[in-house]
Amino acid sequence: MAARDLLIHGARVIDPAANRDEIADVLVRAGRIEAVDSNLGAPDGAETIDAGGQVVAPGLVDPHCHLRQPGFEYKETIGTGSRAAAAGGFTTICSMANTRPVADDRSVIETILEFAEREAVVRVLPLASVTLGMQGRQLVQMGELVDAGVIGFSDDGIPLPSADTMRTALEYATRFDRPIANHSEDPSLIAGATMHEGLTSTRLGLPAAPRQAEEIMISRDVLLSELTGGRYHALHLSSGGSVELIQRAKERGAPVTAEVTPHHLTLTDAIVGGREEPTAALLGPYDASTKVNPPLREPADLDLLRAALASGLIDCVGTDHAPHARHEKEVEFARADSGFSCFETAFATMLGLVHTGVLDLPTLIDRMTVAPARVYDLPHGTLRPGAPADIVIFDPDHEWVVDREQFLSKGHNTPYHGLPMKGRVLRTIFAGTTVFDLAASAAETGGSVGA
Amino acid sequence: MPLSQRNLLDLDEFGRDDIGLILDTGVTMAEILSRQIPRVPTLRGTTIANLFYEASTRTRISFELAARSLGADVVNVTASGSSIEKGESLVDTLRTVQALGADLVVIRHRDAGAPYLAAATVDCPVINAGDGWHAHPSQALLDLYTVRNRLGRLEGLKLVIVGDILHSRVARSNIWGFARMGAHIVLCGPPQLLPNEITQFPGTDRLVTIEPDLDIAVEGADVIMALRIQQERMDGIHLPDLREYARLYSISEARLARAHPDALVMHPGPMNQGVEISAAIAYGDASVIEEQVTNGVAIRMAGIYLLAGGSAEAANGR
Repeated sequence: MAARDLLIHGARVIDPAANRDEIADVLVRAGRIEAVDSNLGAPDGAETIDAGGQVVAPGLVDPHCHLRQPGFEYKETIGTGSRAAAAGGFTTICSMANTRPVADDRSVIETILEFAEREAVVRVLPLASVTLGMQGRQLVQMGELVDAGVIGFSDDGIPLPSADTMRTALEYATRFDRPIANHSEDPSLIAGATMHEGLTSTRLGLPAAPRQAEEIMISRDVLLSELTGGRYHALHLSSGGSVELIQRAKERGAPVTAEVTPHHLTLTDAIVGGREEPTAALLGPYDASTKVNPPLREPADLDLLRAALASGLIDCVGTDHAPHARHEKEVEFARADSGFSCFETAFATMLGLVHTGVLDLPTLIDRMTVAPARVYDLPHGTLRPGAPADIVIFDPDHEWVVDREQFLSKGHNTPYHGLPMKGRVLRTIFAGTTVFDLAASAAETGGSVGA
Repeated sequence: MPLSQRNLLDLDEFGRDDIGLILDTGVTMAEILSRQIPRVPTLRGTTIANLFYEASTRTRISFELAARSLGADVVNVTASGSSIEKGESLVDTLRTVQALGADLVVIRHRDAGAPYLAAATVDCPVINAGDGWHAHPSQALLDLYTVRNRLGRLEGLKLVIVGDILHSRVARSNIWGFARMGAHIVLCGPPQLLPNEITQFPGTDRLVTIEPDLDIAVEGADVIMALRIQQERMDGIHLPDLREYARLYSISEARLARAHPDALVMHPGPMNQGVEISAAIAYGDASVIEEQVTNGVAIRMAGIYLLAGGSAEAANGR
């Protein structure tokens, strides 16, 4: 079914890829961007959206998520994950390989793409693992996997343990010009760890790992990138100290990119101890909804990571959407699975940083559209005429409260439950078709969209 | 005056008044235990569930004796031979125990924080009988009780805790407890087992310090507490060797001689004699190690009694 033509009228249109930030109209025809200009007329039969006072931007691109299918459908499916992504403003999502079976050969990738074709409401682009079964030893058949459609390679969740394997992977991947995205933490230092090592972990008596566990591995990986010329993408930076390592590598010309999650920019390890802002009234000690890998760190880390994202040293935001079932989080802290269900809070969390002046809105849009697209050479994340009409319409001032029971994701695991947010996605359009509409979705659930 | 807290999870939330109330109630309980028939019917009809997810002899028996001495019924649930072994989750086990009518839950668990999950799950009070490396509040209370009993005060005393501080729930709870009562705490042990942040617990300002040299640490000490060194730490990674450990950190007569003449030597048990403490010291005049065990029952009676709703005044009467 061809999407109806669409005229979005009178919004502030921000398209960093085209250096655009102005009040304009956006015309969509046959699922593609036809024009962005002032005073565009609506073609016959087109739907007109009056978006005065709202912001229109390219659909968001998430370079890092976990969709859990095949193998862990009780946590999430490609269908539910994609609908949650749409609700969060994302139209392109890059899925990690830690499914069961691991996405390490063509058949699994084809299965994922078939599920995506059938059930996903946004674009799903899979990564394959770097090594067979994510065992850290034998490399996958990168050539065939690239042909099958993978955009990059990662054993995310498990650091590539051997420098030699990382080196070979980086070298071999140059043949296909694909990045290796590594979960950069030293395995020996994080063995058994459940959180960041500091006053909170010492007080709680929880096994913990220092930020140096990340910095050591980032050091190794940027040096190997420099050695091989292979593209290295540093996943989810958590330590402020990692920033200068990335900076040094970039200055030396290594083909290195980096991402940071909304939670590593906004939450600290103190909330694991309970009764600490911003979740003081909501979370007690040892609440596993605060457990994530790499762990939440300290205020000084947040400051450095925020500045690096604003300056562009950290290229982009990745959500690391990691849905889990309730029974995997409602357990002893050490036994709980790591990660948060992020799609539906990520953008609002980041808009919070715009409101507090950490970065401006066009910069944020850049870091969540064209910048992550660049990491994997994707043509998405722009409103250029001819591009697929992937669009997010949002109200940066819409106030709401996170309610995990309203999540479209199967994973209700979030540390943001009950927290107030400012800024909300009103509508997400994928290839010209509305795949999320806040007003309609609120009517369906009986919920309120009011401020 | 009741306790300000509904659970006994750690001493960090307990003020001086709370701790004082438990210690005073412990005195009453000790008197009960010294009677011909060391038992009162105060908690008759009350069921106390002992959930022990980790092996324990003295703590489990101590809680059981305490509960029975108050007339309560005790249900013991241990990890082996129960549905826990079949993979039942902690939350489900707790819900079951609650549904079966437990009025108070005592929990020992190898994972730090498990008692907090328990307290969030059940409606009745929860006592932490030791969780991972985190806390062992009833041990700290019996230590405070033992010291106060012997030396007549806690304020201004110098307590030295020696050993593997990093992995010690006894050390953490004693830091909170002794600091709250105004004692000075000196921590001593191998640097890799002594996290620096441990001197920075909120509200313990300037009362907690680190001294890596035991000969210096014990100078003028009123109380020396040796911690059990876990055999599994003697792996060449955490610690090189038992002999080296004993040379640097064992409580010996020479070291005791540097302490205050009336200094007490404590140990939470079980001991490795000849490692963290010499046999001569463990059974010597300064040792209060057996008293700690005896006092444990009285202080746990006090904890159970106060959390189950009693007041200090009513404890003695019927």
